[in-house]
Amino acid sequence: MSAQLRTRYLGLDLKNPIVAGASPLSDDLDAVRRLEDAGASALVMRSLFEEQITGDQLGAHRHLYGHAESAEAQSWFPETDVFSLGPEEYLERVRKTREAISIPVIASLNGTTPGGWTKYAGFLQEAGAAALELNLYDIPTNPDANALDVELRQLEVVRGIREAVKLPVAVKLTPFYSSLPNMIRELERIGAQGAVLFNRFYQPDIDIENLEVHRALRLSDPVELPLRLRWLAILSPTTSISLAASGGVHEATDALKALMAGAHAVQVVSALLMRGPAHISVMLAEMNHWLADHEYTSIEQLQGSMNLKRCPDASHYERGNYMSLLQSWHVTPQWGR
Amino acid sequence: MSHILDANEAVASVAHRLSEVIAIYPITPASPMAESCDEWSAAGRRNLWGQVPRVEQLQSEAGAIGTVHGALQAGALATTFTASQGLLLMIPNLYKIAGELTPFVLHVAARTVATHALSIFGDHSDVMACRQTGVAMLCASSVQEAHDLAAVAHAATLESRIPFIHFFDGFRTSHELQRVEELTDDHLRQLIDEAHISAHRARALTPDRPVVRGTAHNPDTYFQAREAANVFYDACPAIVVKALERFAEVTGRRYRLFDYVGHPQAERALVLMGSGAEAAQEAVEWAVARGERVGLVKVRLYRPFDGAALLAALPKTTKTIAVLDRTKEPGAPGEPLYLDVICALSEAEAERRSPLARAPRVVSGRYGLSSKEFTPAMVLSVLSELSRENPKNHFSVGIRDDVTHRSLDWDASLDIEEPDVVRAVFYGLGSDGTVGANKNTIKIVGEETELYAQGYFVYDSKKSGSTTVSHLRFSPRPIHSTYLVRHAGFVAVSQPQLVNRLDVLELAAPGGVFLLNTPFGPDEVWGSLPAEVAEAIVERKLRFFVMDAHRVADEVGLPGRVSTVMQSGFFALSGVLPRERAMAAIRRAVEKTFRKRGAEVVERNIAAIELAAKALREVAVPAAAATTARRPAAVPAEAPDFVQRVTSMMIAGKGDLLPVSAFPVDGTWPTATTQWERRAIAREIPEWDSDLCIQCNKCALVCPHAVIRAKVYDPAELAGAPEGFASTDWRASDGATQRYTLQVAPDDCTGCGLCVAICPAKDKSSPKHKAINMEPVDGLRDRERVNWEFFKNLPEVDRRTVKNDVKGSQLLLPLFEFSGACAGCGETPYLKLVSQLFGDRALIANATGCSSIYGGNQPTTPWAKDAAGRGPAWANSLFEDNAEFGLGFRLAADAATLRARTLLDGLAAQLPEALVSGLLLADQSTEAGITDQRDRVVALRRLLRDIPGPLSKALDEAADALVKKSVWIVGGDGWAYDIGFGGLDHLFSTTADVNILVLDTEVYSNTGGQQSKATPIGAAAKFAAAGKGIGKKDLGLLAMSYGHVYVASIALYARDAQAVKAIQEAESYPGPSLVIAHSPCIAHGYDLSKSGDQQKLAVESGIWPVYRFDPRRLAEGETPLKIESGPIKARVADYMSREGRFRAVELRDKERYARLVADAERFVRERRAFHEQLAGLKVANETQQMQGAGR
Repeated sequence: MSAQLRTRYLGLDLKNPIVAGASPLSDDLDAVRRLEDAGASALVMRSLFEEQITGDQLGAHRHLYGHAESAEAQSWFPETDVFSLGPEEYLERVRKTREAISIPVIASLNGTTPGGWTKYAGFLQEAGAAALELNLYDIPTNPDANALDVELRQLEVVRGIREAVKLPVAVKLTPFYSSLPNMIRELERIGAQGAVLFNRFYQPDIDIENLEVHRALRLSDPVELPLRLRWLAILSPTTSISLAASGGVHEATDALKALMAGAHAVQVVSALLMRGPAHISVMLAEMNHWLADHEYTSIEQLQGSMNLKRCPDASHYERGNYMSLLQSWHVTPQWGR
Repeated sequence: MSHILDANEAVASVAHRLSEVIAIYPITPASPMAESCDEWSAAGRRNLWGQVPRVEQLQSEAGAIGTVHGALQAGALATTFTASQGLLLMIPNLYKIAGELTPFVLHVAARTVATHALSIFGDHSDVMACRQTGVAMLCASSVQEAHDLAAVAHAATLESRIPFIHFFDGFRTSHELQRVEELTDDHLRQLIDEAHISAHRARALTPDRPVVRGTAHNPDTYFQAREAANVFYDACPAIVVKALERFAEVTGRRYRLFDYVGHPQAERALVLMGSGAEAAQEAVEWAVARGERVGLVKVRLYRPFDGAALLAALPKTTKTIAVLDRTKEPGAPGEPLYLDVICALSEAEAERRSPLARAPRVVSGRYGLSSKEFTPAMVLSVLSELSRENPKNHFSVGIRDDVTHRSLDWDASLDIEEPDVVRAVFYGLGSDGTVGANKNTIKIVGEETELYAQGYFVYDSKKSGSTTVSHLRFSPRPIHSTYLVRHAGFVAVSQPQLVNRLDVLELAAPGGVFLLNTPFGPDEVWGSLPAEVAEAIVERKLRFFVMDAHRVADEVGLPGRVSTVMQSGFFALSGVLPRERAMAAIRRAVEKTFRKRGAEVVERNIAAIELAAKALREVAVPAAAATTARRPAAVPAEAPDFVQRVTSMMIAGKGDLLPVSAFPVDGTWPTATTQWERRAIAREIPEWDSDLCIQCNKCALVCPHAVIRAKVYDPAELAGAPEGFASTDWRASDGATQRYTLQVAPDDCTGCGLCVAICPAKDKSSPKHKAINMEPVDGLRDRERVNWEFFKNLPEVDRRTVKNDVKGSQLLLPLFEFSGACAGCGETPYLKLVSQLFGDRALIANATGCSSIYGGNQPTTPWAKDAAGRGPAWANSLFEDNAEFGLGFRLAADAATLRARTLLDGLAAQLPEALVSGLLLADQSTEAGITDQRDRVVALRRLLRDIPGPLSKALDEAADALVKKSVWIVGGDGWAYDIGFGGLDHLFSTTADVNILVLDTEVYSNTGGQQSKATPIGAAAKFAAAGKGIGKKDLGLLAMSYGHVYVASIALYARDAQAVKAIQEAESYPGPSLVIAHSPCIAHGYDLSKSGDQQKLAVESGIWPVYRFDPRRLAEGETPLKIESGPIKARVADYMSREGRFRAVELRDKERYARLVADAERFVRERRAFHEQLAGLKVANETQQMQGAGR
C-alpha cells in the first residue's frame, strides 16, 4: 500500500512525499525519532544562519577577545581551543541526527551574501547530510540595487554552495520575484536540484506605546497554500528540478493539492508544531485512503496533474483567476477564507 | 623545540607538568601562570605522571598557600604562583612549610610591594621580604632561565626538602616574549628523581602511619629543634649545584649558583640578580670588547646564600665591586644583597679564606624599582663610578635625585646595540589589536627564521582609550636587552591622533622608517602632522609611509582592528623577511591564531593582509618641514602649578625625566586632576536636542565618566553665552521661570553611547532620534569645548533646594569625573552618584581593584572638589583590609567629633548658648541641616578668634569635625565576597556608621576576569574556563542575618529610583550599611551600550534581585525586607544568551551549558522564594509573644 506513496525529491528516493520541514523539532533527538516513527520521509534540519556563522565568530572575536587590553588584563576570558563556534555545534547535531534516524537528513543553510560562511556547506556534507536546503531569506532595502543585482548576488551564493558540495542542493525562495520562472531557470542552470516554495518571513509588529519594532514568527495557516499551488503549477511544466511546497500544508488534502500542482514533496512544519509529530501518520493514513478511494496507484500518477499545462483551465492560475474570483466574490464569499 | 613564550607561560608549563595540586589566586603579574594551569587542566592536559592536575582557586593568597601547605602535608606535589602583596600574605605559611622541611616550589613574578603607592610593576621588594622565612630562593634573569630554573627548583626542592621560591622579574621577564627552547617531558623525567617523590609521600600524614606535626614547644626545646634543620640548609647549595649539572647534561644549558661574565682579570665587578643582569651582561661584554677589565656576577641561588661560591665566582683581580639591589629598605645599613656580599667578604677575610688577591672596596646601589628602566648606559655609569678613587656608596641609578643627590648620571643617548639588530616600536591602542599582532609578528619571525626575537609591551594606566607601545627586537644572536628599544629603525603608529598626544618619533633612529595610519594620502598627510613630527622626519631623514588602515579594516568588516593591516605594513617595509615569504607567513600565522575563532575571522584578516599591501604609500619628504602647528600642550595653561610641572610630564609620557624633588614625599597627591587631561578619545559624542528633552536627567545618571551635566539657572546667567549654547525652559513643578541646560564635556566622553540607549524621549515623527544622540565628534568638538567652558561657570544649584530623586540628584555637582574607567563602565555611575549626594563630606576607603585604579592611578585622578574646595578624601590601603581600613576612618572621624564636642563643652561658657546648643544638637540629616551646621562652624571660628588660650586654638583646629562625615567603604566583589569578606563580616557585627558599596561585576575585573564567589552559575571566567558550576554567594542575605545591618541590592539602569533611594537610606542609617550594586563590565562579553536593557533583563529574570532591608522598619511593625524586583517576567536563559561569558560556555559544551541554565533557573527561583519568605515574616512584638506563650 505504501509503495504508491513513493516519490523522488532532489534525487533522493523518499518513501512518501511528506517531509518534516525546518523547525525547532529537529533540535530534539527524541522529537526527531518520533517524526521518523510517524512516517516522515525525510527531515530538514533547522537552519544554520549565515549570521550564526559570521555573527558568532565575529561576536566572540569582538566581545570575548576584542576588548581593550591593559597591563593587568591582557585578556578577559580563558583562552581555549575547545570552542565550537556555531557551525561545529550544528555539525554535531547533524551527525547525531543522522545516527538517530534512517530517513534522509537535509541540512539547511540560511544566508544571502557570498562569503566564507558558504564553506560550511562542505562540512555539512561530511557530517552526513543527504542534501542541502539553502534558504535565500533576502529582504532588499537598498533602492540602488536593482532586481538583477539582487538575483545575481543570490545566484553567486548558490554557486558558492554548489562548489563546496557534491550533495543535491535545494533553494528555498520567497514569492517576491519579478519573474520567478526565470529565477528557477537560472538556478537550474547553475546546478540547483530543487526549489522550495516558499519561505515565510518573520513579520514585524509595532509597539505603539514604546515606539519600538518587534518581530514575531507566526505559524502558517492553510490559507497560505493557494499561493504555493499557483507557483507550483506555473513552474512545474517548465523546470526539471525538484519542487517542494512549504507553508500551508496542514492536512492530507493540502498535500495532495500541492502534489497535483507539481510538487515532488511537501514540507510540514506548523501542523507538527501545533499537533505533534504523530500528525504525519494521520496525514499519511488519510492520503492513503484518498488515493485508494479514488483509485490512484501511485503519487507519480497525480504529480503535476493540475499544473499549468495539464489542468483543465489554466486561466485560473493566470490573470483570469483574478478576474473570475473578483467577479464571483459576491456569490461565493466562502472563497475568501 | 623552540617556541615563542613569555616567562609566565614558560614557567607554568613546567609547574603544571610537575604538580598534582595547584592552588591559585589572581595577582598581577603572576596571574597568567595560574590562568594557564587552569586552562590546561580544564582542557585535560596531564602532568608527567598522566594525571590532570587539580587546580583550585582560593579566596586569597593566604588561602592558596594554606591549601598548598595542607596538600603538601598530605603528600601531594603542590605549587602556587604569586607576587607582591600576595606573597606577603603567604609569609606566615612559608615559615611553617620551611620549618617542616616540606618540598615545593612557589613561582613568583617579582613585583613591587605597595608603600607610598601601589605599583603593579617589577622589583625585588616582595621576594626580599621572604628571605628570612627559611625558603630557598632561586632567581632567573631571562625567559629561558625562568623556564629552566623552574625545573631545577622542582628537582632541588624534592632532594633538599627545602621549599623554594623561584622568582623572575614581574613584567620585564614574566611578560617578555622570547624564543625559548622548551623542556620536553623526557627532559623533566631525567631531572626529577622519583625516589625523592616517594620519600615526600612517605612523610605524608596518613592515618595508616600516624604522626603529629605543628605541635607547640616550650622554652626547653624550641631552640634546639629549630637548629636541627641546619644540616639541610648546609646541604642545599650542593644539591642545587648537582641539579644544575644534571640539567646541563640533559639539555646542554649550563648554570651555576653564581655565574660570572666578563674579563677574566676584571678589576671592577658588578653583583646583581634578575633581568637587570641581562642588560648588565650586554654592557660588560661591550666594555670588555673595548679593553676594559670589568665583569659581572649573576646571582642565581640567593638563599641559602653560599658566600664562598660567590667569592669563587669573582676574578681574583677584583678591586671594586658594586652590588646592585632592585629594592629599597629605608633605614637599613644597606640593601639585602649588598649586606650579604659584605658579610661573605668580611667573614672570608676574617677567616683568611678569601680567594681574592686583596680586599675589594664594595659599594651598594639601587636600580629598577617598579620596572624603572635599567639600560647598559646605566650599567656603564656604575662601572665608571667604580673607577673613581672614592666611588659613591648607597647610590641610585636610573633616576635623578636632586634632593639627597645619591643618583649617578648616565649617558641616555648611548646606544651599544649592534646595527644588525632590527628594532621596531609600535604605538597603538589597547583596543586595536596592536599588541596581539606584534605577538604574532614575533612568533612568525622567531619560529620561521633563525633570528632570535623579543617582544615587550608597555601599557598606559587607562582602561578606556589606553595606548600601548610595543618594543620588538630581531637579532642573529640571543637577545639580552632587557630594556625598552631606545633607537628604532622602524616606528609605526596605528592611530592617527596619537601623533598629537605623544612624542611618537622620540625613539626613531636616523634613516629609519616611519609608518603612520592616517586617512590622509601621501599628498595631504604632511599638513596634518604636528611640527614636532614633521621636523623629526626631515631632520632624521626618515622614510615616511602612510596607509589608511581604518578604511582597510572597515572594508573587510573588522572595524577598528587595524593591527593586521599595520603588521602587513611592517613586513612589507622592515625587510626582516623577504616580502613574499613574510606575507605567506602572516597568512599562516593568522590562520593559526584565529582558526579557533572561526573561518570568517580568518578570512577577514587575510583579506586585510591582501588589501594592506595595496594601501601602503610612500610620502615624498620635503627638504624642510613647512611650519605647521605644534603639538598641543598636555594640559591647558590655566591648570595649577603642580599639574603644569609634574602631571603634564606624566601625561606626555615623560615621567621618567622628573627628578626626586618633583614628588610628594609621602604619597599624598592633589585631587581633581582628570579635568586637566583632555583625552579626546571618542569618535562620536552625544548631542543634546533641547526641544525633545523631558529633563529626566537619566542620561547624566548613567554616564560613567560624568561628562553629561545638567544645570538649572536664572535666565540672566545666559548673558554672554556663546553662540549655539543650548538652553531651554526648566520644567519646574512650582512654575518658576528658570532655564535648563544639558551639557556634554566633549574631550572627556569615551563615546560609550549609554546615555542614548537610556534616553526615553523619542521624536514622534522619527523615533530613532532621541533627546540625546551620538554624532561624529569632528563637527561638534570646537563648539562644545566653548559651551562646556561657559557651562562650567554657570552657578551650581543650591543643594538645599534639590529633591532627593533621580532627577534632583543629577543637578548636584559630580565630585567624581572623567576617570580612566572603561567605556560603558557599570561601576562608575554609582561612585559618581555617591559623590554628588555626599562627596563634600565623604571619606572613601577603596579596596584595591578597578575602582582603585581608575580612582587613584597616576597621572590624573578623578575624585574632585567643589567651589568651596570640599570633596571626597580618598585612600587605598590594600585589597584584603578595606573594611577594616574604612572602620578606622569612622573611628577617627568619631574621635575627632568627640574631641571637638569636648572642647566646645569646655568653652561653652564663653560662647553664645544658642550657638553651642545648635552645634551640639544639630540635625544633620538633610542638606539644609549640613549647611546650617557649616554656617555655625564659621560663626564659631569667628568668635574663637577673640578667645585666647590653647583650648580655643584646639577647637579652631577641630571644628570641622562638628559637621557630619560620611564614611564610604568601596570595593569590588573580589574584595567583598572573597579576600576581604572576613573583615567585611566583622564590620557587619559592629555598630559603626559606615556605608559599604560593593561594585559587583561578578568577576575579578581589574586582573583580567577571574571568577569570584560572586560569579553567577554558568558564566565562563578565568579559573572557571568550563563555566562556574555553583551559584553566586548571597552576600546580602549574610549581612541581613545580623539583623541590624542595612542592606540593599540595587541596579541603577533598571531601577534608578530605588537605587537613588537605597544609597540615601544607607547613608542615613546610623549603623553599618551594605549596598550591592549590579555593575556591567566588559568582562561580561557584550556591547556595554546595551547594558541598560541587559540589566533590566537581569532584574526581570530574577538573576539580580532588587531589594532594601532596613532594620528601622522593624520598629514600625513592618518587615525590614522589601523586594522591589517586581514579578519575574523574563527567562534566565534569555538573559544568559546575551552575554559572551555565558555564550562561551555554550560554545564549549552545549550539554553542560543546558544543565547550567537549568540550574541557574532553579537557583533563581529558590533564592527568590527564600527572599519572599523573609519579606513576609512577621515578627511578633513582646506583648504578642507573651500572649502566645500564655496560650
